[in-house]
Amino acid sequence: MGKFFAVVLTIIALVSAVPIVMHTWWMPPDISTHGHAIDEQLTDTMAEAGFSFLAAQLLLALFVWKFSERKDSGPIKSLPGGAKGLVIAALILVGTEMLALGVLGQKAWASVYFTPASPNALQVQAQAGQFAFYFRYPGADGKFGALHPDKIDEGNQNYFGLDPANEVEARDDIVSGELAIPANREVLLLIHAKDVGHSFYVPELRIQQDFVPGLDLSVHFTATKVGRYEIVCTQLCGLGHYNMKAYLNVMSQEDFDKWLKQKASEQ
Amino acid sequence: MTTDGKATAAAMNRSSAEEAAKSGIWVGIAAITMTFAAFTSAIIVREGTDTSWHHMTLPGVLYLNTLVLIASSITLELSRRPVAARISRREAAGQEGSRSGLLWLLVTLGLGLMFLAGQYAAWRELASQGLFLATNPSSSFFYVLTAVHGVHLLGGLAALGYLAGKLSMAGARLRRSTAEATSIYWHFMGGLWIYLLLVMRTRL
Amino acid sequence: MQEASAPQAQQGHHGPPEGFIRKYVFSLDHKVIGKQYYGLALVAVFIGMTLSWLMRYHLIYPNGKIFGLELLSKVGAPGGVMTPEYYLSLMTMHGTLMVFFVLTNAPFAAFGNYFLPIQIGAEDMAFPRFNMMSFWVTLVAFLVLVTAFFIPDGPPISGWTAYAPLSAVGTDAGPGLGWGQNLWGLSIAIFCVGSLLGSLNFIATTLDLRAKGMTLMRMPLCTWAWFITACISLLAFAVLLPACLLLVLDRMAGTSFFIPAGLVVSDRLQAHAGGSPLLWQHLFWFFGHPEVYIAILPAMGIVSHILINSIRRPLLSAKVIIYSMMSIGFLSYMVWGHHMFVSGMNPFSSLMFSFPTLTITIPATVMTLIWLGSLYGARIRFTSASLFALGFISMFVSGGVSGFFLAQPSIDIYLHATYFVVGHFHMVMGVAAIFGVFAGTYFWFPKMTGRMMSEGLGKVHFWFTFIGTYCIFMPFHYLGLAGNVRRYSSFVDDFLLPLMPVHRFITIAALITGAAQFIFLYNLIHSRFRGKVAPVNPWEATSLEWTIPSPPPWNNFGDRHPVVYHDPHQYGVKGSLGDYVMQDSPEKIENES
Ligand code: HEM
Ligand SMILES: [Cu+2]
Ligand SMILES: [Cu+2]
Repeated sequence: MGKFFAVVLTIIALVSAVPIVMHTWWMPPDISTHGHAIDEQLTDTMAEAGFSFLAAQLLLALFVWKFSERKDSGPIKSLPGGAKGLVIAALILVGTEMLALGVLGQKAWASVYFTPASPNALQVQAQAGQFAFYFRYPGADGKFGALHPDKIDEGNQNYFGLDPANEVEARDDIVSGELAIPANREVLLLIHAKDVGHSFYVPELRIQQDFVPGLDLSVHFTATKVGRYEIVCTQLCGLGHYNMKAYLNVMSQEDFDKWLKQKASEQ
Repeated sequence: MTTDGKATAAAMNRSSAEEAAKSGIWVGIAAITMTFAAFTSAIIVREGTDTSWHHMTLPGVLYLNTLVLIASSITLELSRRPVAARISRREAAGQEGSRSGLLWLLVTLGLGLMFLAGQYAAWRELASQGLFLATNPSSSFFYVLTAVHGVHLLGGLAALGYLAGKLSMAGARLRRSTAEATSIYWHFMGGLWIYLLLVMRTRL
Repeated sequence: MQEASAPQAQQGHHGPPEGFIRKYVFSLDHKVIGKQYYGLALVAVFIGMTLSWLMRYHLIYPNGKIFGLELLSKVGAPGGVMTPEYYLSLMTMHGTLMVFFVLTNAPFAAFGNYFLPIQIGAEDMAFPRFNMMSFWVTLVAFLVLVTAFFIPDGPPISGWTAYAPLSAVGTDAGPGLGWGQNLWGLSIAIFCVGSLLGSLNFIATTLDLRAKGMTLMRMPLCTWAWFITACISLLAFAVLLPACLLLVLDRMAGTSFFIPAGLVVSDRLQAHAGGSPLLWQHLFWFFGHPEVYIAILPAMGIVSHILINSIRRPLLSAKVIIYSMMSIGFLSYMVWGHHMFVSGMNPFSSLMFSFPTLTITIPATVMTLIWLGSLYGARIRFTSASLFALGFISMFVSGGVSGFFLAQPSIDIYLHATYFVVGHFHMVMGVAAIFGVFAGTYFWFPKMTGRMMSEGLGKVHFWFTFIGTYCIFMPFHYLGLAGNVRRYSSFVDDFLLPLMPVHRFITIAALITGAAQFIFLYNLIHSRFRGKVAPVNPWEATSLEWTIPSPPPWNNFGDRHPVVYHDPHQYGVKGSLGDYVMQDSPEKIENES
């Protein structure tokens, strides 16, 4: 029984590792400037965690194989080094791993959260509501009109609750169902929730940020590859959660300018 | 030897059961402390995120209630020695002791009830000012904190009532640990109330 | 003299139970209460498992008919086809049942109640009446929760984490958020009360009712685990209780603890102002992370206890295991924010939560290495119990390593709320803890019922479960790496479609593994009535529960007051009975440390 256990466990451990090593199901290619730091961090962690996983499982298999159902009744042998050796090994092993991952790895986090967006970043406001995202560009004046929740009227496409009749800033605001952005230009996304919690997740962009009602948040990023990507909601928000999505449209600067102009004329 | 062994074993068991009642009450106090710590941090977080926090003036009767509760702790202490003496005398020979312990205990019970009545008066006062549970964050927290404290205090009153009942019955057995646990709990309720009063004064 | 013959009305000392009700229903006997908890957990786990089958089936056949589902809910499954919201209802119930009524009840409340007093040589818990109440309160919580299935609106759809404001604003936000969510909040609040009473009992009992000679360091490792768990649980549920209270008030009394101003839900401006959704998250996870250890620590203790019996030697160091469990318990209160890295919390706090989280991996690694290292030079006996104990180590490692990823805020940006998380917590807390429960069941069943379980069926059950759970939960990690979002009732996004083959594989594995659990159920019921009669100490074990008859009499040790001479780790020695010495045997052992 012990040998069988060892064999099964070895097979499980090795087979589990195959898709990871082969990247059978893996992160989509990164399209952001900060993403490679996250990817590197993940790959490093994978190497260390993968090693720990295989080492522990194979050691378990080996010991179970070797020490199952032995009949000899001499004094029991103990692992050389004993508990002290193991504790020291764990402290050194995990300690350095922690240090390496924990300290060095904060770089990626810092690049997203501790460096403020550059002042000439493109500002876009994202609003999440059950079960759609809407995006708002400040228009020619560079200013967003104020939000009035009581003025929200989806039937008349006033998704944000703007008041163009009384406020100049709101008049040229451009509202869109997709997030169009120029490539290689920093974007500062202002995050606003209309009803319950939602989240903004674009796997390719390596960005995930919750929308928290009552809390105005922001994230900034720079996309580098032109293309259309899916934005999905990752915070349980109700029955349409699975179907809450929008597109991120990364364009060249010219295309973006054209798109913006056309959108402005449609408003 | 055997009967002797049995007697010591039973005595040992009894003393460990007495210990258990005391650890039990301290463990319970730890949990209650945690609950009110959670409420406190909720107040702080809630105040931090709210731009329109309405402060409120606490009803004046609360200070009177505080005095009543402090007085009840004192009367409970006064009851303690006679009660303890009575328990040990009963244990020794089944005799009855003086009635003063019971009397002070009943006074404590009365003061506890007075405190609760006072809390109710405070609620009525707020309600007459138009401040209800859902009116604003301060009033919400006020009702929640006083109600939760009141419920815990009711538990203390029940324990006091149980003690008084046992003491007034002639042959009833009463363990010292029950009396001690009850008084620890009652004093804790008093201390907790003073803490809550400070929190409510400074935060709400 | 008078003392000894006086009626024993003291705590921990009640007379023999008389009558059916006192014996089996409102029993004060910790052993009956333990079995009641076990029974409740068993009912909950089979409901929970059935729900997971329905969910898995729906995920691969979103339009598939499920026979009979319409009978459960006409609205949730018109024509037998599950609606997206009903998927979320079932998911919420699955998570809630599993976390609260299975993982908290089975390894901790059930086995702890039954064996903690016996293992320390006590006659019962310190407060038998509280103990009885804690079970009945928990049962009420369970009934309140499952009532949600039978109300018109169905169970809530906000997940077992019940994030506000989705859980707080009521039916405007979706179906199930009316009375369904109210029942959820009340049920969990009631559950907290039951758990608090239970934990109080465990702590006082361990501190004060130990037999003569039973020093703290002579307690079996599972008793240690239950004790530490009780300490964690006491503080954790004491925070969840007020949180649930505030949530219920927001819902039913119109307060605004968790609901901010200006929310427009279903075109209606909500009449609330100033609340903080993050406050709910902080309070919930302050409980939620320790809860993970409430589930896993008892399993660690049970596995350690069974492991030394199966490998016939002490662990390299029992002390190190105890200290590791303590430090895990302590650290578990400093890490709750790792569930909130992308929640909009201050990014500096994310780092502050990341470090203690990474630090927890140290005691966890130490424990794993001690278990592994103790196998070296052992003479492993293979029983169903030892197989599940070894399987636990493997599962704990597999689920644990994925924690390395999630503990780092930068990686969590990508992996948060994906199936990677689902894989992680299922393996490390779900399956690992359940393996601990299985190991404990095979090990202690003879003591609890006086009959042996079938070892043959036990082993078949083990192989199906061991291989099956790997097939289910390993691929969850791959899905997460590919960005597969969780809590989706079907996968309609382009980037998710290529992952459907993986989902199909998982569903098939889940159906087979789930079906294999009926082998266990059959074994349990059949052995209860037809199993071989169990001797007092079938596994040649050392701790006190193996010194008394199977099943034990109502007062455990009869008139005897056990005296303890050794710690329970005396295996691999020359004893009068064999290679072990019982804890209450006065014989001398060579080189006893
Ligand atoms: C037969 C084995 C099981 C299967 C196939 C299974 C499957 C699932 C699935 C498909 C989900 C939904 C994931 C999502 O959409 O986010 C889920 C959620 C969950 N499961 Fe399980 N599960 C099983 C056993 C368990 C056990 C033993 C536990 C105990 C820890 C557990 C705890 C949970 C929790 C806490 C959730 C999250 C619920 C929520 O998001 O609110 N499951 N499970
Ligand atoms: Cu959403
Ligand atoms: Cu956690």
